[in-house]
Amino acid sequence: MQKLRGRVIFRGNARGRALVSSASIGFLGGVDPETGVVIEEGHPLQGQSVAGRVLVFPKGKGSTVGSYTLYRLSRSGLAPAAIINARSEAIVAVGAIMAGIPMVDLVDISQIETGDWVEILGEEVLIGGEASG
Amino acid sequence: MVQLTGEEQAALAGRDGPAVQKAMQIITALAEIYEASRLVPIASAQIAGVSYKNLGEAGLEFLEEWAAAGARVRVPAFMNPAGMDLERWPEMGIAAEFARKQQRVVDALLSMGVALTCTCTPYLAGYVPQAGEHLAWSESSAVSFANSVLAARSNREGGPSALAAAITGRTAAYGLHLLENRWATHIIEVRCRVRSASDFGALGYLVGSQVEDGVPYFRFRGKGSLTTEPPVEELMALGAAMAASGAVALYHIEGVTPQAQKALGRGQAASPSIAVLPVIYIDDLSEGYGALNSPLHEIDFVSLGCPHSSLKDIERVAALLDGKRVRATLWISTSRQVRSQAQRHGLVKRIEAAGGKVFADTCMVVAPIEGMGFRAMATNSAKAAFYSPTHSGLQRRFGTLEQCIEAALSGHWPGSSQHCEA
Repeated sequence: MQKLRGRVIFRGNARGRALVSSASIGFLGGVDPETGVVIEEGHPLQGQSVAGRVLVFPKGKGSTVGSYTLYRLSRSGLAPAAIINARSEAIVAVGAIMAGIPMVDLVDISQIETGDWVEILGEEVLIGGEASG
Repeated sequence: MVQLTGEEQAALAGRDGPAVQKAMQIITALAEIYEASRLVPIASAQIAGVSYKNLGEAGLEFLEEWAAAGARVRVPAFMNPAGMDLERWPEMGIAAEFARKQQRVVDALLSMGVALTCTCTPYLAGYVPQAGEHLAWSESSAVSFANSVLAARSNREGGPSALAAAITGRTAAYGLHLLENRWATHIIEVRCRVRSASDFGALGYLVGSQVEDGVPYFRFRGKGSLTTEPPVEELMALGAAMAASGAVALYHIEGVTPQAQKALGRGQAASPSIAVLPVIYIDDLSEGYGALNSPLHEIDFVSLGCPHSSLKDIERVAALLDGKRVRATLWISTSRQVRSQAQRHGLVKRIEAAGGKVFADTCMVVAPIEGMGFRAMATNSAKAAFYSPTHSGLQRRFGTLEQCIEAALSGHWPGSSQHCEA
């Protein structure tokens, strides 16, 4: 099991399977708030659902209204379990706080692969431990 | 690591309730991300993300819940334009369902204490910041005007972060709140003639796409490039265009804007050397006009007022329309404060007698015009021309206010004139 440390954007504990994107994510128009599925044309995660995953991507992009999309996803139970960014920016950070999604950044995201079991405990990111239960 | 005062720590710990706590979490997280060492009290906040077209169900839901949780603004805060004239929306052709949702957005913001200004030009509607004041404004053209022309200090906030700043009365001290980030990054030597708001828009389009989020310092050098100090309308057009094609939130004009002398940082220890700043030469605006003009002849929609029209522009429109009748749909968008001034001067009556409409609270960028059956728009706004193909699916002509009114009267775009002769 590998342990990384990041910077807390919104403090919390969460775990789930990682969904890793090499490209930035813009939530407004990029993720369907009704289904949680990435809908941006040509995006590496196009067609995949972010719901319940530890969503790992370099940083956010696009309209600041995207913060509200994250909030809406969480109200519908379709939000990521946690968010890990290489370097956070305002849109995703504000959305994570509004929605209460644990979020860390300043993490070497190249250490995480889609499907890895990832646990976030405050600033700690544990990769590859066993799913409990 | 951001240092919080006792008051700020208490708010973050939840002393003032969950709505304030959430707002303080947002502000302190932004402080961490942008490596601010402290928060600063703000004099006012300007809240974008009012139009239901942009906000959608997600934003509406959040605003209603934040309001219900007790969120209230602590400093003067005012709304950016909505997706419709809140009173005359049926005349715009807005669907009743959209109008209901839009009204709920406005009601949620009103219940938090945000003033019903619905304008991108609060500085024309009685909310004029003082030089040096810290602000949390979010509409990009208003941020540019406040920083550049009024010498106040604001970053380009997102709608939610501006609201969080209004609720806490604070914002993170980074970016343009710090004097060292207000120095020029580029010198712009303008060597051709720039003489109308649309010329300034075309210039802003060209410069914004080159300097991105830099701080341009303009020198008007050509013979007659700038014959008089540019009026407010021209400065508005310049800033709005640079904030659309780039992310310029502050610019300086030598001999014109109040902080231009300090912008080159002469004599200050950490100041940039003027010799190393990149210089961009502008000899011709035709490339800017070209990029913002679709090859259209027939025009069925003429839209002025991005940023919201001043009283002076409304007077110009009224004078051009007297005794005539428009063939195309003509909208002039402005703030409700300026519209009531225009009403008192009899201007609205004159424009509407010619078949035009003076709408308040909204504009062509944030109203849902894509569903209204327009085919070809004409505007004097470089910003609106920049956004309309992607935001509204509309091809457009971009030119002077006079060309736009001519198009409204004839239904055709007048032959393009030569701009920027040397």
